[in-house]
Amino acid sequence: MLFTVLTGLIISCLLIPFGNIIKTKWSILLPLIPVILFLYYLLQIPAITLGTNVLQHVSWVPSLGVNLDFKLDGLSLLFALLITGIGTGIFFYARTYLRGHPYFDRFFAYLLLFMSAMLGVVLSNNILSLFVFWELTSISSFFLIGFNNDNKDSRNSAITALSITGLGGFFLLAGLILMGNITGTYIISDLVTQREILINHQMYPVVIGLMFIGAFTKSAQFPFHFWLPGAMKAPTPVSAYLHSATMVKAGIYLLARFTPALGNTEYWNTTLMIVGGFTMLMAAIHALFRTDLKAILAYSTIAALGMLTFLLGMGTKEAIIAASVFILVHALYKATLFMVTGVIDHETHTRDITKLSGLGKVLKPVFIAALLAALSSAGLPSTFGFIGKDLIYEATLHYQQNWQIWLTAIAVATNIGLVAAGFIVGIKPFVGPLPEEYSKIQLPPFSMWIPPLILAILSIVFGIFPSITGDYFSHQVANAIAGVETNLHLKIWHGFNTVLILSLSTLAVGTLVYLFNKPSSIKLAKIESANKISAQYVITGIGKQFAVFAKWYTDIFHNGYLRSYHFKIILAAELLLGYKLWISGPIYINFEDLTPLSWYEVGIVAILLGALYIIVTTKSRLTSVVSTSVIGYAICLLFVFYSAPDLAMTQFTIDTLTTVLFVLVLYKLPPFINLTTRWVLVRDAILALGFGAILALIALRILYEPNTTEIADFYGENAYLLAKGKNVVNVILVDFRGIDTMFETVVLAISALGVYSLIRLRLKSSEKE
Amino acid sequence: MKSAILQTATRYLLPILLLFSVFLLLRGHYYPGGGFVGGLVASIAFVLHSFANGTKATMKILRYKPLSLIPIGLGTAACSVIFPLAFGLPAMTGLWLEEPIPVIGMIGTAIFFDLGVYLVVIGVVLTILFTIALEE
Amino acid sequence: MELLLVLVLGLLYSAGVYLILRRSMVKLLLGIMLLGHGTNILIFVVGKITKGHPPVIDETYKVFQEIYADPIPQALILTAIVISFGLTSFAIVLLKRVYALVDSDDLDNLNTPEEEDI
Repeated sequence: MLFTVLTGLIISCLLIPFGNIIKTKWSILLPLIPVILFLYYLLQIPAITLGTNVLQHVSWVPSLGVNLDFKLDGLSLLFALLITGIGTGIFFYARTYLRGHPYFDRFFAYLLLFMSAMLGVVLSNNILSLFVFWELTSISSFFLIGFNNDNKDSRNSAITALSITGLGGFFLLAGLILMGNITGTYIISDLVTQREILINHQMYPVVIGLMFIGAFTKSAQFPFHFWLPGAMKAPTPVSAYLHSATMVKAGIYLLARFTPALGNTEYWNTTLMIVGGFTMLMAAIHALFRTDLKAILAYSTIAALGMLTFLLGMGTKEAIIAASVFILVHALYKATLFMVTGVIDHETHTRDITKLSGLGKVLKPVFIAALLAALSSAGLPSTFGFIGKDLIYEATLHYQQNWQIWLTAIAVATNIGLVAAGFIVGIKPFVGPLPEEYSKIQLPPFSMWIPPLILAILSIVFGIFPSITGDYFSHQVANAIAGVETNLHLKIWHGFNTVLILSLSTLAVGTLVYLFNKPSSIKLAKIESANKISAQYVITGIGKQFAVFAKWYTDIFHNGYLRSYHFKIILAAELLLGYKLWISGPIYINFEDLTPLSWYEVGIVAILLGALYIIVTTKSRLTSVVSTSVIGYAICLLFVFYSAPDLAMTQFTIDTLTTVLFVLVLYKLPPFINLTTRWVLVRDAILALGFGAILALIALRILYEPNTTEIADFYGENAYLLAKGKNVVNVILVDFRGIDTMFETVVLAISALGVYSLIRLRLKSSEKE
Repeated sequence: MKSAILQTATRYLLPILLLFSVFLLLRGHYYPGGGFVGGLVASIAFVLHSFANGTKATMKILRYKPLSLIPIGLGTAACSVIFPLAFGLPAMTGLWLEEPIPVIGMIGTAIFFDLGVYLVVIGVVLTILFTIALEE
Repeated sequence: MELLLVLVLGLLYSAGVYLILRRSMVKLLLGIMLLGHGTNILIFVVGKITKGHPPVIDETYKVFQEIYADPIPQALILTAIVISFGLTSFAIVLLKRVYALVDSDDLDNLNTPEEEDI
């Protein structure tokens, strides 16, 4: 399984150097990648059907518990098949859709990156690697939404999407780590066995709260839903792939994956049902009033995602069965409708539903695909959508007493919206009179209409022969979500019962809504104002306040005066170090350990301090330079006294050279003038003395610590035996730590080049003038 | 600040200081000294000469730009680092001749590393000082 | 003696900090040099000082026969001294350059340079 994840990543990287090759006819190689992966996962079906799980373990960072653990069960397989299968269609489709685009190679690099990351998400059995892949999908989605980066809207939408999903990812990480800390394991399949510990832990509400934020942001649930309509700025193949079939379902996947470990508690069920129910109803209503084809699809996608959240929230066996089937149902018809929209956009250059009509005459195969998908979305009997809808109603009807009526009502209302939305996208542009300007439209290359047609036909085939999916893997999907045997058997006909009546009346009312509700820009403006309550405005508001805060902060802390920066940095350092010193207790001095004092040392130190005083107070530049060199020589003598001959020699020569340098440069400059007030001088003096005192105290504290000489002993013992040298300092420099010295000389060389270029290159340019 | 005494003195001081710097370099592995100090002493010798006779005169003695010493020095040090690779040993392994050579003493890769440091230091210091002095 | 060195390093740091809080570029540079000296002494002191026993192995032996000064702080300081020379020389030239352009030693005059000065 690892190879399926890595293939895309590696090829994605290879597209950077070899991008130009892939822009030619060799681009046909690109769709082969998802084809191969799709076939690989098709071959896994027999094993999964029997209920076995395929496991793979690769050590990565064992010390942190981060390993690449992969597990393929029914749920993962469903998603893997969706990712690679729809991916295959999308790759063929996008190759034609974007032919000749200057960033063709870049697009496929992002798409491959996304595909791998998404596979990683659904296959990971380790929550940390799951998180890494999760973030990768957010990042690749960011690049794909902002693909038309010369468009400002596109860039803004990309940033919105990234900030929302990235924020969610941050919360998700917190939740995952918390969960790992509670159970002590990062393996998802082990978490299930710790269910009792998890749900009874006092942090349980926090854990699922954090995970919900992660899932809701990714799957565009209220109040985080607004990034998804914005994400429709991406090229249509991307919308079809990421923002309907795969990435937005990652949140649903997360909820489904953790249902056995965390689910079916009061917190879990109530939250999911409220959020999912509200989201689906709201989005279904929004969808009816949009005029942009992709906006309609975006809102109906949000509604479908809300439906899935809602079903997972109900948590009964029937609901889980419904969810596991509805994932596939929705992916099939929604990807089709997106691709159809892409064809319409590509050919007519508009997506405005009020302008489009009659296209069925010129784009017949596309119309067939759209019609089939719309029917499946409407849940006409003998389509796959019908089965999905049946299961949903069955789940709501069989829920606890008192609640079933309300849940069923919400589900029916949402489905009515979805029926109408599906018809608006799938039928309306193709019927009616064909406007003059569209009459010359030719059918696009077959790679743009075959993929949606295949997906649409699958919607029907699965509807007529539901056992194809039901008996092979859908039951394992449901088992994986529920954690127990669900006995799922899909049937085309359930008999004449309440569910059927509900289904048919949904269809009828939906059709009526479609016939009588005409989307227009006026209605759009009204519904748009309802968005005022959404989190988008809250977040934009916070963003604006943040900018105000940032400006205030910058004005105070980054005022452009170097000394003011120094002052703040040193003050902060003093406070931190001082606090640490304060809490670490009193300081002792062990007078017996100290080296005895002699008069010549006191003399040297006296000279040093005198020179220091002169530097600080003098107004003459030359005096201060001379005093600095006096300090250098004094330190050199201290090195002589304390057994550091090498240091003494180096200090002496360097000090000499520095003084020469100063004299060469500085004798021209004017004397110092006093530029600041007395108060500032006193303030600075206090800060400076405080800093010196703190460092002196730190030094005293270290002096009291017992002496550890392990490293020194190592060098002392091995200097001659290993490196054949007797001056240990030199041996360290040229042998034990030779690489450090090597780079030190490089630093010196760079500073010399800097000096040389600062002066010489400057001369040359002025000579030219 | 050209003074006859200093000029005469540097004529003798320059070779003596240079000899001393080589002495410091070679004995660095056994006694205080080494590439850094050696290089600094050698640079001071040239700086002294340039004070007495002017930078142009010193440049004439050097013949080559001091800047060119930097790559030579870095190259020497780098060679001594990768030299052991030729014998299948890890980089930076210290290799030594069995018998000491008269006057110089033991010869090994560490000596060449130090020699590289010595040359880089001379190159750096003289480049900096001479560029500044010549700009005046 | 350690106490005296601790006093020296404290005052070196104080003087260094005081100088980098001034407006003059030259003082800034001197301050940085003093902070460097202070740090060298700090490393030297906390590495335990020893009198009269440099870390050089006696001619007739292959390992140390008696106590010796810790060679590690010395190696560190040696590197620091040389690097600080590189830093100082570059800073001095930069200062010279800036002075030639702005004709002032005052750091505040650098904040709004004239177009043609750049």
